[in-house]
Amino acid sequence: MSKPRVATVWLAGCSGCHMSFLDLDEWLIDLAQAVDLVYSPIADVKDFPDDVDVTLVEGAVANADNLELLLQLRERSKIVVAFGDCAVHGNVSAMRNPLGDPGELVAEAYRDAVTSLHGHLPDPENGIVPALLPRVMPAHEVVRVDAYLPGCPPSADRIRTAVEALLAGTSPELAPSQRRFG
Amino acid sequence: MAGVNLKIDGVEIEAPVGENLMQAATRAGVRVPGLCQLDGLSVVGACRLCMVEIAGTPRPRPACATPVGESMDVHTDTPRLREHRRVLLEMLFAEGQHICAACVASGACELQNLAAELGVDHVNFTPPPTRLEMDLSHPRFGYDPSRCVLCTRCVRACAEVEGAFTWGVAGRGRETHLVADLGVPWGEAESCTSCGKCVSACPVGALFEKGTSVGERRVTRALVSTLTARRDRESHREVLK
Repeated sequence: MSKPRVATVWLAGCSGCHMSFLDLDEWLIDLAQAVDLVYSPIADVKDFPDDVDVTLVEGAVANADNLELLLQLRERSKIVVAFGDCAVHGNVSAMRNPLGDPGELVAEAYRDAVTSLHGHLPDPENGIVPALLPRVMPAHEVVRVDAYLPGCPPSADRIRTAVEALLAGTSPELAPSQRRFG
Repeated sequence: MAGVNLKIDGVEIEAPVGENLMQAATRAGVRVPGLCQLDGLSVVGACRLCMVEIAGTPRPRPACATPVGESMDVHTDTPRLREHRRVLLEMLFAEGQHICAACVASGACELQNLAAELGVDHVNFTPPPTRLEMDLSHPRFGYDPSRCVLCTRCVRACAEVEGAFTWGVAGRGRETHLVADLGVPWGEAESCTSCGKCVSACPVGALFEKGTSVGERRVTRALVSTLTARRDRESHREVLK
């Protein structure tokens, strides 16, 4: 039997969930032997592949790229896990929502700020920096999510509990102490 | 003292007349989740998280506001109640801006704990598009209406324990919010004695001490309950004299 194909993606988040993933220490070696990591910020793969068994999604959906990748990975993954509070409910990434128009926020940060070097985002004509969505959304507002792994970040043992269950083909049962927000 | 016999989750217990189902359940070793109830304060039954089922009664009843009755058969943890509590909690989260990772109360928050306890691992409702303005006019304390769950513990602690009657509730529905005195900034409320009992009673991060940042709020919830317990004992002595 071939190994389960696992992916991790990094949308609008701080990468803290992936740092926490790396906190799995020696277990990562066991995991690397048990699965094929087919897409991840820590693997140099350009396009999200087909036929993925489990995908962990870190981060909220804040820009056009996030949205496109999330829709794509949903189509190509059997199980999608909201990995950490930003994917679960927006969290810090969504704190801009009450501030309104993202255009004004970009202007404030990249045009009007005294530390702004060029007065605009890099290469605005070609849209190299993806456009911000009007509102930051949690993953389940955009696609079907099969499991939730709360925490900011989820601790390594939470991640292990969830991933072990998913690889065993069961849905993760997190203890109350393992499913706390924040 | 007159007593009644009842069953809570199959545990048979005796309870004095006048006790409520939450108190009786606690004595029977059964935990009923709640948010607005705090020992020592009057009962309002505002949060509806402590709803229980009573055999022969069509609708669930709030345990904190329902007196014990003879031969009651009470169930505190049915599938219907679990679902009901989960949805209520989700609505509480969606009513404000509850971002645990950026909150002073994280780790000492009853809303955060209840979500973990009752299995709320995501929220199916969208929070309001606006953030309400904080009141930081008081020299020692702050009030963030976006984190308030309207349990009114602060209102009751201020009135019933401190006797200052500074806090009140104004507005309706989603517009409901706390007001100090007749709607002045907290720092200008003449009745406030700055005792901090409201901050002690707050289950979330809506009322907080200034100078503490994320996760640094210290819980002194027992303060209010200890004071009222002592006060009750004192008044009991007065009667005996």
